[in-house]
Amino acid sequence: MSHQAEFKVWRGDSDGGDLKDYTVEVNDGEVLLDVIHRLQATQAPDLGVRWNCKAGKCGSCSAEVNGKPSLMCMTRMNTFDPNETVSVTPLRAFPVIRDLVTDVSFNYEKARQIPAFSPPEGVGPGEYRMQQVDVERSQEFRKCIECFLCQDVCHVVRDHDDNKQAFAGPRFLIRAAELDMHPLDSRTDRAVFARDEQGIGLCNITKCCTEVCPEHIKITDNAIIPMKERVVDKKYDPLVWLGSKIGIRHD
Amino acid sequence: MSTLEKHSYDVIVIGAGGAGLRAAIEAREQGLSVAILCKSLFGKAHTVMAEGGIAASMGNVNSKDCWQVHFADSLRGGKFLNNPRMVELHAKEAADRVWELETYGALFDRTKDGKISQRNFGGHEYPRLAHVGDRTGLELIRTFQQKIVSLQQDDFAEFGDHEARLKVFAEMTVTELVKDGDAIAGAFGYYRETGAFVLFEAPAVILATGGIGKSFKVTSNSWEYTGDGHALALRAGANLINMEFVQFHPTGMIWPPSVKGILVTESVRGDGGILTNSEGKRFMFDYVPDVFIDQYAKTEAEGDRWYEDQENNKRPPELLPRDEVARAINSEVKAGRGSPHGGVFLDVSTRLSPEVIKRKLPSMYTQFLELADVDITATPFEVGPTCHYVMGGVEVDADTEETCVPGLFACGEVSGGMHGANRLGGNSLSDLLVFGMRAGTGAAEYVRGLGDKRPAASEADLEAAGKAALAPFHADAQARTGTTAAPENPYTVHTDLQQVMSDLVGIIRRESELTEALDKLQVLRVRADDAAVEGHRQFNPGWHLALDLRNMLDVSECLAKSALERHESRGGHTREDYPTMDPNWRGVNLVCRLIPGTDTMELIHRPVPTIRPDLLALFDRHELEKYLTAPELAVLDSPQSPSSVEGEQA
Repeated sequence: MSHQAEFKVWRGDSDGGDLKDYTVEVNDGEVLLDVIHRLQATQAPDLGVRWNCKAGKCGSCSAEVNGKPSLMCMTRMNTFDPNETVSVTPLRAFPVIRDLVTDVSFNYEKARQIPAFSPPEGVGPGEYRMQQVDVERSQEFRKCIECFLCQDVCHVVRDHDDNKQAFAGPRFLIRAAELDMHPLDSRTDRAVFARDEQGIGLCNITKCCTEVCPEHIKITDNAIIPMKERVVDKKYDPLVWLGSKIGIRHD
Repeated sequence: MSTLEKHSYDVIVIGAGGAGLRAAIEAREQGLSVAILCKSLFGKAHTVMAEGGIAASMGNVNSKDCWQVHFADSLRGGKFLNNPRMVELHAKEAADRVWELETYGALFDRTKDGKISQRNFGGHEYPRLAHVGDRTGLELIRTFQQKIVSLQQDDFAEFGDHEARLKVFAEMTVTELVKDGDAIAGAFGYYRETGAFVLFEAPAVILATGGIGKSFKVTSNSWEYTGDGHALALRAGANLINMEFVQFHPTGMIWPPSVKGILVTESVRGDGGILTNSEGKRFMFDYVPDVFIDQYAKTEAEGDRWYEDQENNKRPPELLPRDEVARAINSEVKAGRGSPHGGVFLDVSTRLSPEVIKRKLPSMYTQFLELADVDITATPFEVGPTCHYVMGGVEVDADTEETCVPGLFACGEVSGGMHGANRLGGNSLSDLLVFGMRAGTGAAEYVRGLGDKRPAASEADLEAAGKAALAPFHADAQARTGTTAAPENPYTVHTDLQQVMSDLVGIIRRESELTEALDKLQVLRVRADDAAVEGHRQFNPGWHLALDLRNMLDVSECLAKSALERHESRGGHTREDYPTMDPNWRGVNLVCRLIPGTDTMELIHRPVPTIRPDLLALFDRHELEKYLTAPELAVLDSPQSPSSVEGEQA
């Protein structure tokens, strides 16, 4: 079964652009990225779009679909009414390079600012011992595929470009939490870093990031809120920090 | 090209997957300046798709495991065509490379006593794969990405510049290697973002570009897998070996069409999944080949018991090496016992509870639920073979990964020899680690050996490279073909190439079809030269594809030529007209290269490096009889044979 569907796709570059109308064939079982590829192969060979794995594992094909930050490879076409016009636009929080391709270098800069994993002293390669239950807390955050949808949706930076300097964004707050909860990371200042350098205080816990995460990481509940709590308490009470290394939230 | 952007480094690494990043880390840690050229964004390399794990004989789950068993499994899996030195280095060093990842911050799943957990996989005698659920590749890439950031932070502390000695050039495609005489002088490419050309001057170039899957219609590979490194090496004068050996992973998704080819990890079978045909039969018991008859269960009951008690039972044949399972599925479908969409059924729901499936195979569970609307905890699902990996690749020295072109190195999937005729699951990620590091060391030693002598690219070569890269903007169908037809669309040429390769050079091959494929590839070459692109140079996928097409065609020709030449069936090369494994072909590597000074490819036969007697001694004589020729066995049996004396047992 196939039908012709209407699309509005943003075309342009850093100098500006607009939505262009396209009519493209859609077949049963397809995802939006299939349709974008068909559009590229048949009508718009120079349509700029990023993609790699087409299986929701690399986080390359991020775009806004009807205004919602989404992975195009995970957006099934049967979730739309066949008569609906679907709009596809580039991520709004980042500068456009061309068409659906944006400049995401902001994220790589923020990644570089976080102090790296600090190996425990006196523990050689092959001697690391950790319990599954302890590594699982950080493993949740290491599922992140860096699609940057959380960075795009977060209104701390989405509508306030000037906050980008001070705020690292949800993706890198979970990186801080991941290192903080790593059973063998030898640094103890991850939460302080999140407060002083990553601007965790700017987050007001609206959970938009959690909602768009294709990996279903509980960004707010399992990373940001515990980190915020530690930011408040940590300086005064090392027991709170210790406690934070033991429990985990499930919901 | 006076305005050409130029950068100078000691080492250029082309490719930012596991092998490239490990090589870059090594060269940088040895004090050299390194640039990583990455076709996609940093961190998106195809390695992230690897699911099952990293094979390394750490012995954390079964203490009987050791490098010798890993060596034997890999050689057996590769049907004794592997470069034995590479297999030895790989088996010996993989564990250290995995442990090293923990010092970079990797978090593997754990055993009860807190060590790295290891899982079963096809062809591996013991549980051997270090893993993180079913997203091990992502963990590997992220770990390396973060290690690179940490090295950059060190450089910032020392030089005030993060990129003083290690820089990633993302969305950068290399179109040509440049040389000074015989030696490598650098790499020429373009920024995808702007289309601007750039020259990287470097005495050492490490190719780590991955595979070739995009030449096939059904593949688990991403768009980047266009055989760039294979083609760059070939054009620079290096040799490709074993190109006829292509691994079709037995279990790709086949329905709905949008997911066709996407991988279903072997862990599904390692953790208890069974394969059935349309009659509900577990058909794999009918497909255990003679060479494996002693290692696999003969009844369903024994196979089932193995999951609980591996000491006293043999493993089920669902866990045969990938080539065997792919051929079996192909045969079942051909015999009319396939599933509705042309595959077979894989079922994990009968043996594992929904909770266990979700914990052990979380990505698989999500992948099927979200992409295919199938709940694998409740029902069987359809799978079929998908082009997954090329065993063949650039011929390298086993210890240093240097090619026959001075200064040119290769590691990871783009290199050849390690996996012989068929790669075992899990041996790819360990290959990346072991040979990535070795390539980094090899390149560092080469550069240090040069002293101040740096090769330089010639202006003429740069002009030519620039002109070739811009050709698709000027394609003129009329001038080239003498017809008034419209210029070719690169997307159409690509689709047609995939059809030719899948139909004529696929899982089962025969002489007439391979000859036909070679004819059709020549026609496709002419069409590719006429492929024209619209628009401008800024992030223009049509242009990028037109350039990648040339690489895909070079590699496809090597593949078809080699497949036509090898008159036997072995591992990832099955000839319907030569259906058995022939010991006389066991010792033959087919080398594909350009005749110097021409664009013409030639194939030469070269002996596979000899297996050292102490390594041969790891196998039963009975097993060796299945692989070796009578004269080879006679040498083995002669009283002077070194194998009868104590061999090296490190």
